[in-house]
Parts: sequence; C-alpha cells; structure tokens
Amino acid sequence: MKVLVTVKRVIDYNVKVRVKADHSDVDLANVKMAMNPFCEIAVEAAIRLKEAGVATEVVAVSVGSASCQEQLRTALALGADRAIQIDTPDNPESLEVAKLLAALIQAEQPSLVITGKQAIDSDNNQTGQMLAALLDWPQATFASAINLSGEQLEVTREVDGGLQTLSLSLPALVTTDLRLNEPRYASLPNIMKAKKKPLDVKTPAELGVTLKAHTRLIKVEAPAERQAGIKVDSVEALLDKLRNQARVI
Amino acid sequence: MSILVIAEHDNRALNSVTLNALQAAKAIGGDIQLLVAGHNCQAVAEQAAAAEGVSKVLLADSPAYEHRLAEPLSKLIATLGKDYSHVLAPASTSGKNLMPRVAALLDVAQISDITAVLSSDTFQRPIYAGNAVATVQSLDAIKVLTVRSTAFEAVAASGGAAAVEAVTASAVPERSRFVSEALAVSDRPNLGSAKVVVSGGRGLGSAENFALIEQLADKLGAAVGASRAAVDAGFTANDRQVGQTGTIVAPELYLAVGISGAIQHLAGMKESKIIVAINKDPEAPIFQVADYGLVADLFEAVPELMRQL
Repeated sequence: MKVLVTVKRVIDYNVKVRVKADHSDVDLANVKMAMNPFCEIAVEAAIRLKEAGVATEVVAVSVGSASCQEQLRTALALGADRAIQIDTPDNPESLEVAKLLAALIQAEQPSLVITGKQAIDSDNNQTGQMLAALLDWPQATFASAINLSGEQLEVTREVDGGLQTLSLSLPALVTTDLRLNEPRYASLPNIMKAKKKPLDVKTPAELGVTLKAHTRLIKVEAPAERQAGIKVDSVEALLDKLRNQARVI
Repeated sequence: MSILVIAEHDNRALNSVTLNALQAAKAIGGDIQLLVAGHNCQAVAEQAAAAEGVSKVLLADSPAYEHRLAEPLSKLIATLGKDYSHVLAPASTSGKNLMPRVAALLDVAQISDITAVLSSDTFQRPIYAGNAVATVQSLDAIKVLTVRSTAFEAVAASGGAAAVEAVTASAVPERSRFVSEALAVSDRPNLGSAKVVVSGGRGLGSAENFALIEQLADKLGAAVGASRAAVDAGFTANDRQVGQTGTIVAPELYLAVGISGAIQHLAGMKESKIIVAINKDPEAPIFQVADYGLVADLFEAVPELMRQL
C-alpha cells in the first residue's frame, strides 16, 4: 500500500512573528523555518505504517518554492522513500494546493493520504478536506488514533466535547491532530542517507492545473496588545479585586 | 444578498454557537436562512425558526445526516449553496470538518475563523496563532466562511417565527461510516460559551491533582479548560484543550492555574475579559496578559480560594 503524506514549510513554532511596517504581511526575512508540526505528525504516522509492514512506500509532497525542499529532505531523513516538490510561488491558497495534490494523486494512486490538520502560519485548517472533496474520498479529520485492517481504516477523531470514531474504506484521507503520535527526530546517518533519496520537481503545468487567486490579502496588522495587570499578594487580595474592582464574581 | 447559515446541533437541540454565526450573517446583511440537516431533528428546526433574524429554516431530515458526516453533508450544502451569496458555519470542529469540503465542491475559497465583517466580501481573521490579524477580501461569487463564535455576540434565541421548509436530498452511498462517539457528559457549562472558565496546566502534576481544577470550577459555576501540556500528559481529556488548535474561549473571567502561557495557549484565551493567573513562577509569560496575577503554590492557593468563595 502506498501512503502519500504532505509537508508544509512554515515559520518555526517557537518564533514570535512580527508584522511588516507597511502592513503587507508578516516579516519572514531571516526567520527560522521548519516543518509544520502537524505535518511532522503526519510523516510519523506514515512511517509507522511502513514499519508495521502495512505501507510499502511513503511519498512526501510539498507545494511551494524550491526552499520547501529542505522540509522534504527532513521527511526523507525521517523515513519517507521519495519526495515530490510541486513548484509554485510561496503561500499558494488552500484550494490551489488541493487541486495540485489531487492531480498528483490521480497519477500516484496512493491508498491513503495523510495531511496535517492545519498549518501554524495561516491557521486555515482546509487543505485536507478540500483535497478529499476533489477526489470524492472519505475523510477523517483531527485524528488521534488510526487503525487499519484490510481495506477498512478506523479513525478516532478529536471533536468538540470528546471523541468520535469513523470507519472509512480506502482510498481515504486523514488529517492529524496533536495526540496521534510523538514524532521522532532524524538521526545524523539518516540525514546523510536522505540526501541520496529521490526528490522530483513537478510544475502546475505538468499536472494540468492553472493557478487562480480566490482571495486578496488586503493587510496584516498586529493584534491589540493586552496590557499586563497587577500582581496581588494573597488569595484575599485576589478575591477582593475580583469582587469589588472587576466585579466578575 | 442571501445567506445560508449551517446550524450546529445534536439532533435534539440547537447549539448556541449557531446564534453567534447568525450575528456574523446579520453583519453581512441580507436575507438569512438557516439549514438544519440531521435525523429526527424537527425539534432543532423549531428552535432554529425562533432565532432572531432568520427568514426561513431549511430542514433536511435523513438518516444520511444523523451524525453530520462531512461527505454527504458537503454535497447537500454545495447543491443548496449555489443559490446564495454566502454560506456560513460556526468554526467548531464540525464546521471546520465540513466547510472546506463545501468550498472545494463549489470551486471557491473558504475563509476560516472570521472575527469581523468589514463588508460583504471583506473579513478579518487571526493568523499565526493570533499574533497577527489578516484582512482578507474574497474574489469568489460565493463566500464560504467559518465564524469564530467568541468574536460575535449571540443573536436572540427566541422571538422569531420563520417558516420551516423541508428540503429533500438525494444522498448517495458514501465510503465513510459512523462507528461510535464518546462525548463528555457534564453539568458544567460548555467550554466555548461559558461565562467563567477555570483552566489547569502542567503545574497540576497529575490527573488526580487535576480534580482540584474541577472542584474550583464547580465552586464558580465554571467550565473546565486545560493547556496542551496538561492534555498531552494525560491529566485531562482532549476536548478541554484551550488554544490555537483547541477550543477558543473568551469568558468574562478566565482563571489560569499552573499554566505558563505558551503563545499557542494565549491564542485561545487572550480575548477573555478578565484573566487571572496563579503560578509559582513569577517569570511565567501568562502574567504578561493577566489582569490579576498571584505568584503562589497552586496547591495552597486553590484550596484557600475555595474556602473563601
């Protein structure tokens, strides 16, 4: 069984972003970039399926400029067999990414696609669902457990109020939530080996997709800063403030 | 303009986040219709008809929609949605699961988690865990949006008298099947809409100690929340996680106990009216957003707080 896993290059989750002075976007110049944390979980899930003897091949895919090859190499170092960069300007819209991936999937024919549930830059939480819709595949978003038996995939999902379990027949799409697994780190020998693994580049034209703008980013601003309040020195003082100043209890 | 709002419900009652999404629809302006899709959900349709500002309720009642799986529902909404200028849903896990699928079927973008309506095609939404706010204009004929409930006041739940119209849907067999659900049963208020939220973090140290948070919440009539660290460590259930990728809350009072305040957590609670932090580390970042901070050992401060409440 072939598993296709998607990888997005985003700002490192420890970095606090700053808005550009002209409000055109956030400033990503000289900022540390990394694989989106939810994509790390997706890669880990795919590799574990291979280690369990369920998956025979893991293909990692990223959509963006050549810089995202760095994150594809990371996926290869973690255990993916080969990688494909779909070459576009940076920050393509979710629907366009989904269309490019759908075209690639028609050619690659994986049985399972695993994506992160959201990217920590745009916080959209869209691409996996859009891709499943374009393919007319079943989906299980926000997965916290996956269990494959034959052609049936049982997925536990994190939903408001608790957990939901679905059964999907393959081919199917899963998006990962935080507690699906704890991603491993790449070892140095595997990082070296990853440099020799195949990494192909495809263009939207080769996939028969013409990119289109569906939205326009008008401006990006810093949020209203919350001012730090005061420190109180006792539980009595805290309750006094809450009762008589804030009047919330 | 004509707006279709997707009702959130459990076949028995309308979830109040629907009322927040209706407020966003009102801000866009135009004729507002509400879709109730489920199974044996007539009672929900009746509640929906009473909501302020709704001109018509569309009721799609079918076993195919019982668990509101995204596959059949997105096809129904995409078919209906062609006749509207806007299709909105609450940015709940259900809305997030469903609406990108609807948008893709309509070949339009989906704009997630809107926090303000600037015009009928221009919206604000938080990005980068709320560390930036983007103003986004839709270039599509149909705008598919999810609405951050805490950013819009609920419309009145009663007073309206909309007509309920049945819509028939030709559901095709899907390759996804509902197996089971394990939902928390609690007398406490809903986390996303509670007036008071008490959240516990890594500082609690264990699942046993997390009971302290629940006891304090019960004293205050509050919902229980948690940081990612507390959920990852198994102190409490996943559905209590407050933050960038969990539940977004904005209560009158947010009490953070033993929570350091990672930016991903702050993204989920910094719109709260009053924030109280109890933490033994005076340098914890949570104090930078707290209106009232108490540097103390939570195992002394919380029992003392309960005694004095």
